[in-house]
Amino acid sequence: MATQRSAIALTGEAVRARRPQRRFHPEAFTAFLFILPSLIGFTVFYAAPAVRGLWISFTNWDLLRPPQFVGLSNYVRLFQDGEFWNALGVTVYYVLLNIPLQTLLAIIIAVMMHRLTQSMLIRGLIILPWLMPPVVVGLIWLWLLDPNLGIVNIALKAMGLPMIAFLGLPQWAMPSIAMINIWQYVGYTALLIFAGLQSIPGSVYEAASIDGASETQMFWKVTIPLLRPVLVFVIVTSVIGSFQIFDTIAITTKGGPVNATKVLNWYIYEQAFSRFNMGYATAISIVLFLILIFVSMIQMRILRAGESDL
Amino acid sequence: MALLLFATLFPFWWMVRTALTAPRAVFQNTGSLLPVEPTLINFQRVLGLVDPQTAIAMGGSGQAINFAQALVNSIIVSLLVVAGQTTFSAMAAYAFARLHFPFRNTLFAIYISALMVPAIVTTIPNFILVRQLGWINTFAGIVAPTFLMTPFAVFFLRQFFLGVNREVEEAARIDGAGVWTTFVRVVVPITIPALTTLAIVTLIGAWNNYLWPLIVGSDERVRVLTVALGIFRSQTPQGAPDWTGLMAGTTLAIIPTFIIFMLLGRKILDSIQFTGFK
Repeated sequence: MATQRSAIALTGEAVRARRPQRRFHPEAFTAFLFILPSLIGFTVFYAAPAVRGLWISFTNWDLLRPPQFVGLSNYVRLFQDGEFWNALGVTVYYVLLNIPLQTLLAIIIAVMMHRLTQSMLIRGLIILPWLMPPVVVGLIWLWLLDPNLGIVNIALKAMGLPMIAFLGLPQWAMPSIAMINIWQYVGYTALLIFAGLQSIPGSVYEAASIDGASETQMFWKVTIPLLRPVLVFVIVTSVIGSFQIFDTIAITTKGGPVNATKVLNWYIYEQAFSRFNMGYATAISIVLFLILIFVSMIQMRILRAGESDL
Repeated sequence: MALLLFATLFPFWWMVRTALTAPRAVFQNTGSLLPVEPTLINFQRVLGLVDPQTAIAMGGSGQAINFAQALVNSIIVSLLVVAGQTTFSAMAAYAFARLHFPFRNTLFAIYISALMVPAIVTTIPNFILVRQLGWINTFAGIVAPTFLMTPFAVFFLRQFFLGVNREVEEAARIDGAGVWTTFVRVVVPITIPALTTLAIVTLIGAWNNYLWPLIVGSDERVRVLTVALGIFRSQTPQGAPDWTGLMAGTTLAIIPTFIIFMLLGRKILDSIQFTGFK
């Protein structure tokens, strides 16, 4: 097979040698046609909007009158805007409620599956919520958590506990949203970690047990360190996703009660599409982007993403 | 493990149970595990098959909900996105994986860098663009940003094409097939599994999408299911939402996902492991 490949390489060489004056590879034009549709899509709906977004963030624009260049004043305004800081605080609070618990549960589920079952059916069923539209998940839980008729409250009442307006009380709303999203994403996260567990060679465990390591020691000293690349991927991507929560909130609380769930993405949406402050909304979205880059970099540093222990 | 499966599946059962409960019976036997006064009336109501008077008589809200239209719109939008995105992204991915052209790696790096930009950053300028094009409340506006490519799709397929054995392609080329023929006749058939996986991921993404269709396509003619559900939810007064109707709507909205899951569940599982570990 190797000789065949080199023979082909040689003919390729020969063809090129015969036409040395040609600047581009003979395929270049065909390749360009292959790339063209995606290039149009990328330029029009990704690259240009990103640049235009930056420009819009330097303007005041209500879509009715022409945009007015205002320099950095949207960014200055943002620093003095109590609602922005509230939204940032609420978002961080959500991420902190969501990620640690979700990751912990996912690890437990993954280890349990790894030990107990190889069933494709179970693996399939636990990712079912992840496949559903967040809008649908929000509606189902809105009903399950209904203050009067929802089954969760009916169950609480049956157990003699007080009924709770989960999504209607400021102190309960965010934890409830976090719980809904853990329900939706924990199975998917567990499956990623499960795949990571399967990639750890059994010989490592054998060696550890020969050296007299206990089950607990093995988990902390072998499993977790070897799982680190997977955990980094899972944590970094789910934190990025969590920072951008929108659908669940749009369907259930719409930022309320009393701004308790007004996360950044909802605040941006409100500024853009109810108050028509396109410039200000875009400025917040760019700040969100910068926050995400910053947070991801810190996580990579802390989790030592570049290294592997295997 | 049993607890996990219960927690995962119970909400779905409760949704179906509520959808099958008669609207006026929703206040009775609220803890019953089975539908109360089982009926299909809610599905008929949300599909617009009964007139408002009958719906009100049954205890429903009687408002005109046309999920039948929304269902059709969702299907149109999703299929357009899947067809366009898979085809054009596959072409681009193949060029990035195999063909030689200037600035190939630079351009690919630029595509990939877009994966890090949060959706909301491009959403607002894209909304303004679609508005200037006069595409608000058209299918063109709803599918436009994802029809020609997404950076993820190109990246995903390129990784697959890189893993394809070159020799088959080279054999085809020696036999005189052009780049296009090689791609369509040789590469596409052997990478059908990868293309299917991408198509499923894209289909589910398009089906579930909410924010974009909400801002560019809330008019009834083009309104997709997620948007219709959101509107139905806001129309119902806070005091007494039409729960049985809403649950019938959500059940309808996830039936297609469910069917895909039944048919292609294994493929979805494989793709998760693949996207996780390149």
